[in-house]
Amino acid sequence: MRTKQVVVVGLAMLVVAAAAKAGPPAGGTISGKVTYEGTPAKMKPIDMSKEPSCAKMYTTPPLAETVVTGAGNSLENVVVYISAGAPDDAVPSTAAVFTQKGCRYIPHVLAFQVNQEIKIQNEDQTSHNIHPLPKINREWNKSQPPGTPAISEKYDKAEIFPVKCNVHPWMHGNFAVLKNSHYVVTGDGGTFSLPNLPPGKYTVTAWHESYGDQSQEVTISGSEAKTITFVFKAKPY
Amino acid sequence: MANKTIKKFCLNAAIALVLPFGLMAQLDQAPAAKPNPNEESHIGDLAGHAHAGAELYYRYCWGCHGARGNGDGENAPYVTPTPRNFVAAVFKCRSTPTGTLPLDSDLYNSIGRGFNFTNMPSWITLTAQNRADLVAFIKTFSARWVTEKPGTPIEIPAEPKLTIESIKHGGERYQKLECWKCHGQEGRGDGPSASTLTDSNDQPIRPYNFTSDNRSKCGKTNADLYRIFMTGLDGTPMPSFADVVKPEDAWDLVHYLRTLQYNNPSPELALWESTPEGKAIVAAKKVENTNTGSGIKP
Repeated sequence: MRTKQVVVVGLAMLVVAAAAKAGPPAGGTISGKVTYEGTPAKMKPIDMSKEPSCAKMYTTPPLAETVVTGAGNSLENVVVYISAGAPDDAVPSTAAVFTQKGCRYIPHVLAFQVNQEIKIQNEDQTSHNIHPLPKINREWNKSQPPGTPAISEKYDKAEIFPVKCNVHPWMHGNFAVLKNSHYVVTGDGGTFSLPNLPPGKYTVTAWHESYGDQSQEVTISGSEAKTITFVFKAKPY
Repeated sequence: MANKTIKKFCLNAAIALVLPFGLMAQLDQAPAAKPNPNEESHIGDLAGHAHAGAELYYRYCWGCHGARGNGDGENAPYVTPTPRNFVAAVFKCRSTPTGTLPLDSDLYNSIGRGFNFTNMPSWITLTAQNRADLVAFIKTFSARWVTEKPGTPIEIPAEPKLTIESIKHGGERYQKLECWKCHGQEGRGDGPSASTLTDSNDQPIRPYNFTSDNRSKCGKTNADLYRIFMTGLDGTPMPSFADVVKPEDAWDLVHYLRTLQYNNPSPELALWESTPEGKAIVAAKKVENTNTGSGIKP
């Protein structure tokens, strides 16, 4: 009798554990669009005259990228991610790449996971220094002359923070270090899509470098697609 | 008899179902690390203790560095650059690589030396034991000292013989590495990027002016100068060149930088001025009949 009970209990535990650990099935999707209301500040053209090797790469000076908008009041460079309700994901083996080209950062916002490798490369004719400015992670500052190998780094805590080059004061970017693989940085059109979400209650957060962040709760019960929108209040300055 | 068995079974099944979830929930929650109030410091044979350092801190340091050690003391609004924030634990003068914590001896030396061109005086008037105790107390402001070990100090090879070739090669490095972008062609701190520099708190900051004198931030010796560009001054625009400068080139650069400090007599400057080329370059830079001769060009 005792033995039978132990066996049953053991089996029950195994079944539960297996069900919990099993990879997520093709689940639900949360998608939508990020827009702004009000008048955003006008982006000024960047004066690169102090760095002729970069200035000559542009026929017209590029605009600053603090606020990038598109058709239909859409907002680019917004990090949309699951901030609660999803477990941490395994570290991807591919590196996220951050490029300095034309004395600008490509992409303007780089999103990647905790402990994922990032590779920073310099494709310009001038030296840059890479100076990410985290408050929770460790702050470092490295020089990267042209023709030197990519810098390989990683961050072990979730945080979103700016990156700058001190030599070229107009260069601004952001790193978003996230805990799971459910994230998107909006592009032209401001749309985002977070698929493969198992049933559960999720908090979706949208972060913009100038307009701050907002969160919404979304519940997925099966494999449905839910649509949400984020609307940021634009500042005229 | 059957009822009892069923009851027992249900109870066991309930426990079996709940237990794994309980365990997994626990694994998700890692408590945030807290600073250690009983930090110690070790500098050579000297051992410092935080509780002894606390008294000294609240007598001598908190006016600038703040009651909570985050650099917001009473004097802080009137002080440029702003006082060190011990909660952030990002330090300028280290023997360890960029992004890592300094050694206890780095902090000890900083307290004793003070920081030139800032409001941080030399505290050499305090005893060695006092300064060691202060180092221990400073570490109680940040949990970084609990979760991270200080970096491994960089290896500094023996300084090679001083030669004209070394100085000239250092000059080539200065050009190639684009030091002049901030420090200027003559090292006056007036390069094209100098006026836009800000530190990590977005406060304006000036690059070092080599022509001012010999008092650079982190000490007077050639090894101190070597360390500055091979570990970077964390929290400032000055990066680490450790990944892109070979140690022998680094020593050449140190020799060249000494010739930029033309108001500071040194073996490097003397050797440089003993050549016609070097003499002409230095003479062109020296400005006569000014208050300080410190390099203000008319």
